[in-house]
This record gives sequence, structure tokens and C-alpha cells, in this order.
Amino acid sequence: MYDIGTLYQAETVEHACRLLLEHPEAQVLAGGSDVLVQIREGRRAGKDFVDIYMLDELRGVSIDDEENIRIGSLTSFSHITKDPIIQKYINVLGEAVDMVGGPQIRAIGTIGGNTCNGVTSADSASTLMAWDAVMEVTGTEGVRRVPIKDWYIKAKQVDLRAGEIQTAILIPKESYENCFGHYIKYSMRNALDIATTGCSVNVRLSDDKSTFERVRIGYGVASPVPVRAPSAEEFINGKEITGENIKLFSEMVLEDINPRDSWRAGRALRRHISVVMADRAIRECVRLAGGEVHE
Amino acid sequence: MSKQYKVVHCTINGKEIEQVVDVRSSLADMLRNDLRLTSVKKGCEVGECGACTVIINGEGFNSCIYLAVWAEGKEIWTLEGLTGPGGELSDIQQAFIDEGAIQCGFCSPGFILTSWEIVNAGVEYTDDQLRKLLSGHLCRCTGYENIFRAVKKTMLRHLGKFEEAELVDSQGITEYPEPMPFK
Amino acid sequence: MAAKYIGQGVNRLDAHDKAIGRIKYTDDMCDKGALIIRVLHSTVANGIVKKIDTTEAEKIPGVVRVFTCFDLEEKHYYPTAGHPWSTDPAHQDIADRLIMTDHPLFYGDDIGAVVAEDEVAAARAIRALEKSVEYEELPFVLDAQEAMKEGAPLLHEKFPGNVLAHTEIHQGNVAEAIKEPGLTKVEGWYETQPVQHCHIENFICFAYGEGDRITIVTSTQIPHIVRRVIGQATGMDWGKFRVIKPYVGGGFGNKQDVLYEPLCAWICMQLGGRLVKLDVPREETFICNRIRHAIKYHITSWMRPDGTFAARTIKAWCNNGAYSSHGHAIAAKGLNAFPQLYPCDNIDGETWTVYTNRSVAGAMRGYGMPQASYAFECHAEDCARAMKMDPLEFRRQNLMPVGYYHAFSKNELYTDTFNQCFDKGAEIIGYYDKVKKYANQTGDIRRGIAVSTFWYNTAVYPIALETSSCRLVMNQDGSVQFQLGETEIGQGADTAAAQMIADTLGIPLDMVHPVSCQDTDITPFGTGVYASRGTYTLGFSVKQTALLLKQKVLEAAHQFTRMPVFNLDLVDGEIIRTTDGRKLMTIGELALEKLYTTDGSQHLTAESTYQIKSNAYSFGCCFAEVEVDIPMCRVRLLNIVNVHDCGQVINPTLAAGQVHGGQSMAIGYALSEKLLWDEKTGRPLNNNLLDYKMSSFMDHPRLNAAFVENYEPTSAYGTKGLGEPPACPVAPAIRNAIGAATGLYINELPLSPHTLFREFTDAGLINDSFAEEKKEG
Repeated sequence: MYDIGTLYQAETVEHACRLLLEHPEAQVLAGGSDVLVQIREGRRAGKDFVDIYMLDELRGVSIDDEENIRIGSLTSFSHITKDPIIQKYINVLGEAVDMVGGPQIRAIGTIGGNTCNGVTSADSASTLMAWDAVMEVTGTEGVRRVPIKDWYIKAKQVDLRAGEIQTAILIPKESYENCFGHYIKYSMRNALDIATTGCSVNVRLSDDKSTFERVRIGYGVASPVPVRAPSAEEFINGKEITGENIKLFSEMVLEDINPRDSWRAGRALRRHISVVMADRAIRECVRLAGGEVHE
Repeated sequence: MSKQYKVVHCTINGKEIEQVVDVRSSLADMLRNDLRLTSVKKGCEVGECGACTVIINGEGFNSCIYLAVWAEGKEIWTLEGLTGPGGELSDIQQAFIDEGAIQCGFCSPGFILTSWEIVNAGVEYTDDQLRKLLSGHLCRCTGYENIFRAVKKTMLRHLGKFEEAELVDSQGITEYPEPMPFK
Repeated sequence: MAAKYIGQGVNRLDAHDKAIGRIKYTDDMCDKGALIIRVLHSTVANGIVKKIDTTEAEKIPGVVRVFTCFDLEEKHYYPTAGHPWSTDPAHQDIADRLIMTDHPLFYGDDIGAVVAEDEVAAARAIRALEKSVEYEELPFVLDAQEAMKEGAPLLHEKFPGNVLAHTEIHQGNVAEAIKEPGLTKVEGWYETQPVQHCHIENFICFAYGEGDRITIVTSTQIPHIVRRVIGQATGMDWGKFRVIKPYVGGGFGNKQDVLYEPLCAWICMQLGGRLVKLDVPREETFICNRIRHAIKYHITSWMRPDGTFAARTIKAWCNNGAYSSHGHAIAAKGLNAFPQLYPCDNIDGETWTVYTNRSVAGAMRGYGMPQASYAFECHAEDCARAMKMDPLEFRRQNLMPVGYYHAFSKNELYTDTFNQCFDKGAEIIGYYDKVKKYANQTGDIRRGIAVSTFWYNTAVYPIALETSSCRLVMNQDGSVQFQLGETEIGQGADTAAAQMIADTLGIPLDMVHPVSCQDTDITPFGTGVYASRGTYTLGFSVKQTALLLKQKVLEAAHQFTRMPVFNLDLVDGEIIRTTDGRKLMTIGELALEKLYTTDGSQHLTAESTYQIKSNAYSFGCCFAEVEVDIPMCRVRLLNIVNVHDCGQVINPTLAAGQVHGGQSMAIGYALSEKLLWDEKTGRPLNNNLLDYKMSSFMDHPRLNAAFVENYEPTSAYGTKGLGEPPACPVAPAIRNAIGAATGLYINELPLSPHTLFREFTDAGLINDSFAEEKKEG
């Protein structure tokens, strides 16, 4: 039994927004794999909640009129992984969310929850960062779009205003076309774990597959919020696909990330692994893109 | 504050039910306390151990971190539902018995339900895939070995691969390909 | 008596009911109207509770009562270890616990409790109370060696220097022996970490009044001991309590301690016998039950050029946490094993069990031997390497020889167990080929293979009482119920006992019914299951009692068949005339006649107690094959094989299951599990199943269990201990395999990425630009 004050069950998105405005103290409850645990811990005990879990309109993956991949915010990780659109255009996202917890957590966990909790260890976040995702946010006033680089304000805080909920995550066509990505989750066991650190890379190679046309690299648990490594990206874009360039690229990520020391893992370990992951992830991307690394 | 209740309508183990629940209840609370389906076990109450797993609309969920009110309109299976009206066991239950996949038994209900889904999928999963599909459950007694055998054998038998199923026992030592430069 | 069932992998007797979800564990038996108890735990690692203001907690709707340490009018200090009691005060366990204390000695100690109508109200009351406790905080100490230093905070006045106990062993003369010319000195520090049992069913109990007595239903391995300790903790006669043990969702030694049964019973008494339930959340199970002792070892060996030992020394510091629990028994077991596993004429050893302000360490599968095995077998590997000997050949040369006799325990190594196990394991895993194949690797990802062994014995003789009682009750159809004090906790004790009874009595297995759930009002006295004694110990009383019953059966058969008893036998449920093999009547016909006859009606039953005065070595080995990803600081276990000589295997399926479980627990021990405390506050950091890295399905390879069956001559059925041994050799085998792969032999556990990163950078195996940073950090 959860220590919930009042549970307001939303029937539509509009209803959810209205409930949030009417009850400004109430918090949003989606899949609950974080929120319910925090109620039990006492951190959110006795609070009121607006429950949006039953809003099936927020589930599913589609290609919208602008050719964006549109992922409904309540789409569970397991459904993202299985979705043919995801598998065709951004398989790495399906692979990344397939590393969250265990299968049962992936059945309940939603991509919206994973990005609205503002947590740096979220397995979807580094990939969404690396693919320049756009958050669709709906309020009583209408819909607005927030590029993911502006989404994270600080740890555990995202750009959601009063009466708003996130309704979809969009991946623009320009972002996913001809891109090949790979995610590495570094954790202490192979299942049922959160990332000690995580790295998601995607590449678009030149037509002759000799150079990196565009490389994007996102990290979780390398900073208080998910981040990109712009210096490293800038360095490698346009460069030839060589072992030396990959080595330099990988080491350069250290200019952009700032992992912390905690009892879960030391900063030095996280920095070291970040470099190894960058190296291995970009090599795997090259392989997926049909390229070859010249050593 | 006054307590808040709701009537939940759902199908549990093939039977339609209507149940008044305290909205603060987890599905595990409802199944265990209100419906006395005590095969649903609580081991951590935060979705880590998998002992409370039930099948909802064909997918395994941790019922401890699932609100009872979300069961509205859903089709739910607990271990009690796998046994036939005359007490007949499903083949996955029988395999858990025969393979020694049950010791203390506390994780077994959840494991059997997840395994039931796996073997009924009609897919021949690789060993790594099987491990991943089963990885939402913790077990401290079996080292997962005999559970793995039970699931793999039953999966193969479902696919008509009876000879392969018999070979599962002898595949204890695994030959691995040469290490990749990275993985 | 032909062995029809012994040696067969029959299905567990409870497997069917477990597979359909019908088995009742403690919580399943509790009425849902029970009041809920939550324990108020200390949030300081050492301190005096000055005041607890209960006003706010009592105002919370649904709160029935709030108890604090100040409500305990009579202070009955009690011991908690699941040891047989001793009527000799010198051999009694240390009584240092109170139901609630005003001087908490670790973060999580019990200082009060609330009773509420539901769990939400109880949780709210606990949160309100936590804010209203006033402490006088005292300095605390978490490390055993620090705790022994002068000026360290003293936990218990009767134990100066925080030393619960210190023992020594001496053989020969080390000082003289090391003067021998040409010796090579090998020494090392080996350190193991605290871990927890992680049975999937948390500890839980409930209590209610019946007449003027209290009944406690509890998830325990040791119901009769629980009853005794509740009596001691409440100052009441032991017979005032009845303890019922339902099916148990794993114990592994944690439930070989008395945990919250006394508090639950006491609260029940305060409430006039109302039904109260105490269900310990996972977070509290980690830190407020028991954990495995962290032990630090220093071992030195002086080796002769031929690779034999000239002299050896060992010192061990055992972190016992804040209360005694099992006391010195765990450290002592390791110390006493040292001179036995690798015998040497000259040995000095000493060990200290030390109180610290950490969670209480108690029994856990292996009882000190996973720790000691780690130290012994890391060191053995180090010695072999120093002498440039093959590690397996080194062990064959130096291990306890056949015929070794241990005067104190009277254990004897009757057979060439070690070599038999090594040969079998080496063949299964392909050891010799792989050693060659993996020599001289370079590159980022490397593989290695290694072996380890261990010392173990079966039961607790002669340290403590070994007794077992069995009752057999025959039904009108000739089937029997059996009752034993040795509890079924998932290991399969009921099934093994049933196989024995069926064979000895001579009836089909499906006519043998366990009364599985012990009830101290009904079950004959037994101390429960612990050590690895269950199958060995119960075998004596089972055999004795089955033979008694059989004698009664044959005497009754004489009445109805007129044949002399010595010409009769009971085989497979039939009374047989042995002279010609004729079946005279079935056991069902006999039981029916004997009960209802008007000429000497008798209910055929038998009951007896057997005091066991023997013990048995139980040895084996583990081979582990690993792949080490050096840049990623990760180890992948590729293959693992354990070979055990547990004598006659009663049930190969269940025995393999025991081996798998021990391997699994040890895989986590080797690679990922470690309980952490904040050095600044003494607060536990990772007491949940997410942050505590128990190994998952995906962290396991296929597990291989094999057996060498040397019939144990002291045993009623030739069997000996298997429950714990599989957990002992795995961690050192993995450590040695990592060493074989990388050249780095690491002397602490777990061999997690944290540890490997530090070691690999120190050794220059990975990019050392991070090494500087690591040293700063």
C-alpha cells in the first residue's frame, strides 16, 4: 500500500493538464517505477498525484507529417524496442532502452518518465541527446517543442511548466537519416542495474565511407544531466576513419564531461571508462554503417 | 483525509472480476490481500527481485510497483491460473519440477510466469536471449542453472525439437569464439 | 535393505505445490486483519538515546501503540545465535542483545517500534519518530583493526579492546624452522568484504495469543532454538511460547539466528495477545538482520626448494559488527582449518573476533570458510607461483594426505578425495589444454583458467551438541508421516529424509509423507538446519527410528502370519517371507489389521533421539575460466565446474542444485557484492537490491556440478555435508583465473570494476594518465 494523499486519475491529456493546474502541489505519476519507489522511501509519501498512466493516446511510435519519428511519452521501453519504426531508423534507441533494469521494469517504464525525471543515468537519455531529440510538451495553452539540449535545466529538473506534461519525443528526419548508432551501458552487473556511466554514439559517413560526415556522442552519468561531447564531435567531423582519429576523439571527450565521485563509482573510473566507451562505440557505429577503420 | 476507493474491473486467470480497491493499493496488494492469490510474492517491493511478477496483457510486470487501479480492463494471469481445472499442470510447471528448478520456491511463481510467456512465444531464442528474458528475476538458491534448463528444454519441445531438448543437460561447458577486439 | 530411492534424483516432495503456487509461506498464513509492526532503527552508529517524543507519532490515524526502548521495564539480555544451548555457562553464547536498546551500537539498531492498523500508518509513524529521537552521539568505529586500537570507542564494557575473543594455535617451532637454509618466504594480506544472504523471502514473523501462551509463526531455520531464545529475551518460561515454522523462502544462515521473534512476541504480549505481524522490508533485512563477516588475513609461508612448507603463520581479524551473534565460532573455524588443509609441522596462528559499529555479522553459508578459503587459496596460488610450480600440482603435493587424522574432531580423510575431484574437474573443463592455450596472451581481452579447493566439515561435533529426533506415525494404509527437527528451507531436507525412510522401512516413496512445517508443540526436538549437517544428522535418527518402526511392523506381521520375525522383511510395501520370497501381506493390510484388531490393537509409531558423536570432512574443488576485458575493467565468468565429495549422494538432482546455489552466491561474492557504509556517519549506503549487486541471470554462465562419491563410513547413509561447501572455493578460483589471464593476483574481494581499475592502473595495464587522478581521489 502506497502512502498517496489523493490520486487524480486523468482521462485525457487536456484533463491531466487541467488537474495539474487545479492541484498545483500534485505530481505526475506515469509508469511509477521511480515515483512509487520514492513514495515508499518516504521522499514523496503523502503527496497528491495526477495519474496519467491510463492515457493510451500517449502510447505508440509513428512517423508524423513532418517525417519526424514520434514516440508517445507513455510508450514503454519494451514496446519501443519491439517497434518496427524504431528498429528501422533508430535501432540504437531500442537497444538502449532494452538495457534498463530487467524485462518487467521495461514493461512499465516509459520513455517520458525516463526523460521527465531529469536523471542523468537514464538509459534513453544519452541516445536522445545524441540524436537531437525534441520534446513535445502539452499544456492547457497548447503545444510547444523543446530541443533536448534545452530540456535539462539541472539534475532532476526539466523544462516543464505548471500544467504541462510531456506528450511525445520527436526525432527529426535530418537527425536520423543515414545514421548508425551504438550505445554502451557500463554497469556493475548485466541486468537489473543503473548505468555507472553510459555512452551513445551515432555516425553518418561520407558516401565513399572514408570520412566521418557527422558524429554525435552523448553521455549519461558523466555530468549532472545527460550531455554531448562537442569538442570531440567537432574534432572528428570530416576526419578520415582511422584508428588515430578515433583515439584522439575518444580522449577528447574528457574536455566535455565532468563525472562525479560517489560511493557508486569514482570519478577516475568513470572518466577512464568514458574514453574506452567512446572508442568502442564509434568503432561499432562505423561497422554498422558499412565502413572500416584504418589502423 | 478520507480514504479513496475505486471499483476495478478486470480479468484474472480467465475470470472477470469486479473488486473495490483502496486507490493506494498496489496490484500485488490487491491480488494477495483481496483475492488471496498468494502465489504473488513480495521480495523487495521496489521492482528489483521479480518475485511478484504477473502477466498483464501478455507481458510480465512487477505487481508491487503497479497500482491496482491500473488493472482496469486488463487481462491478468497469476501462477494460480496456469493449472487446469482438474489440477493439470502446464508443461513449463512440470519442467520446473522435473529439472530441479525449484528450491525454496519463493521466486518460482514469478519465474514460471515469465517462462510461460517465453515458451509460448513460438520463438527459438538463443541462450543469451533466454538469459536476458529471464533477467528480471533474482534467485538465491538455484544459480539459475536448472531454471535455464527447464525453460530451454520446454521452449525446444514447443518447437518440436525434442532431440535438441535432451542435449541441454550436456551443454554445461561452453565453447566461446575467440575474444572480439571489443564488444 | 536395498537402496531403491537413495541415489535417485526423485523430484522434490514440495515441488508440485510450489509450482502451482499453493505452498504457504509465513505471510501467506497470516490473517489480513493483523496489526502491523515496524521497528524504529537508530540513525546514529553509536549513541545514547536521550529521549523519544512519541506525541506526533501517536496522533497519526491508524497508529495503535508506540513502544520505545524506555518501555522495556525488565532488561533480559539474550543471545541470538542458532546454536544448541549449553547448560554449562562457560559454553553459552554471549547474551548481549535487548529487544530494544537505549544505547544503539550501529546504524539500524533497534530502539523502538510502532504498531498500526496498516503499513501506511506504521511507516508514517516511523518517519515521525525518526525526527523526534534525541541522541547523544558517540564516536564509532567500522574497521576491526581500528577498533582494537587504544582509544577506539568501546562497544561492550566486558570486552576491552573490542575483542570478543582471541585464540591461537601453535604447532612445532616456527622461529627455529625458518632458520632452515634455502627457504623462500611468501606472504600476503587477503581481505574479504561484508555481504548479505539475500534470500528472496525477507525475514517475517507474526504472533498471537492462545490461552495464556503466545504462538509465533516465523520464517526460521531453527524453530526450537527460537522458542528458547524468546523465553530468555522475555524472562518467561520457554513453554509459554509455541513456534511454528512454515515453508521458508531461503535462509542461508541469516535465519539461523533469532531475529525479530522476541520483539514480535513481546509486543503481542503487551497488546493482550492481539495478532501482530512484523514483516522486515528488504532495506532492513540487509542491515538489521545478519551479514557475512568481513575478515582480513595475513599469511606467511616459508617454502623449501621442493615446494613443501617448512613453516607457516596466519593472523586473522574478523569484523563481527555490533553484537555477538555467533561470536568467535566463525573466526575460529577458519583458524582451525588452516593447519589441516595444508599440513605443516610448524605453524603459528591467531585470530581476533572484534566488535565494530556495523551491522551484526552471523552465520552465512560457509560459516567463515568462503573467507578463509579465499585467503588460503590465494596464498596457495602465490606460493606455487613463487616456487614456479604448476598450481594444481602444488596443491596435489601439499594438501592434506589420505589417512590424515584430526585428533580434536576425530575426522579422518579416508580416501584420495582431493585428487579424485581435481581429476574429474580438470577433465570436464579441459583444464590442462586451456592452461596451455591461455599462456602468454597479449591484447586487451584475455582469458585464464585456475583451480581452488577448500576445507570443510559436515556438522558441529565436537564443538556443540549434535542431536536429532525423528517420529514416524503409520496410517491405516501403511503409509507414514515423518517429523524431524531438521527444517526444510529449500535445500530439500524433506525429500532426502523421505528417500531414506522409504529405503530403510521398505515402503514406496509415495507412502512417505513429511510433516514439513515444524511446530514446537508437535515436532520432536531438533535444533534445526545449519552447518551442512541436515542430511548427515537427520540420517541417524531417521535410520534408527525407521528400524524401530520396522521391527514393530515385523512383530505385528508375526502375529498375523505366524512366521518368525527373523524370517520376515518389509520390502517395497510388502511383508516378505525371506526364506522363499513369498509376499505374505501388504503393509496396508498389516497396518489396518494391527490398528483394529481386538487382540492387541496398536497404532504403529516410532520415535527416537540420536546423539551424534562424529563429524565428517567434506571436500571438493572449483575450476573457473574467465575472460578479462582489461580496458573495461570487467571480468566475465566463462565456465565453472565444482566437484564435491559429499559421500553417498542421496539425490543427485537436489545435490546439483545445492552446488549451483553455492556457486551462484560465490560468483556474486567474487565479482560484485559488497555492503558499504559511509565512513563519516556510519550509515549504510547500498542496502537495497539495486545498489547491492547480487548477480543476475545474465551474470551467470552454465553451472557445472559433479560428484565423487566416497561412502562416508561414519554416516548412517554414507552421506556428508554439501549445503555450504560449494560456496567456498569459487572466489579464489576466479581470482586465480584472473591472475592467470592478466598476471595480476588481487588480494581483496569483490573483484569488481572498482577494484580492477585500481589494480590495473597501478600495474600499468591500462592507460596510466588516470592513475594520477585515482591516487588523488
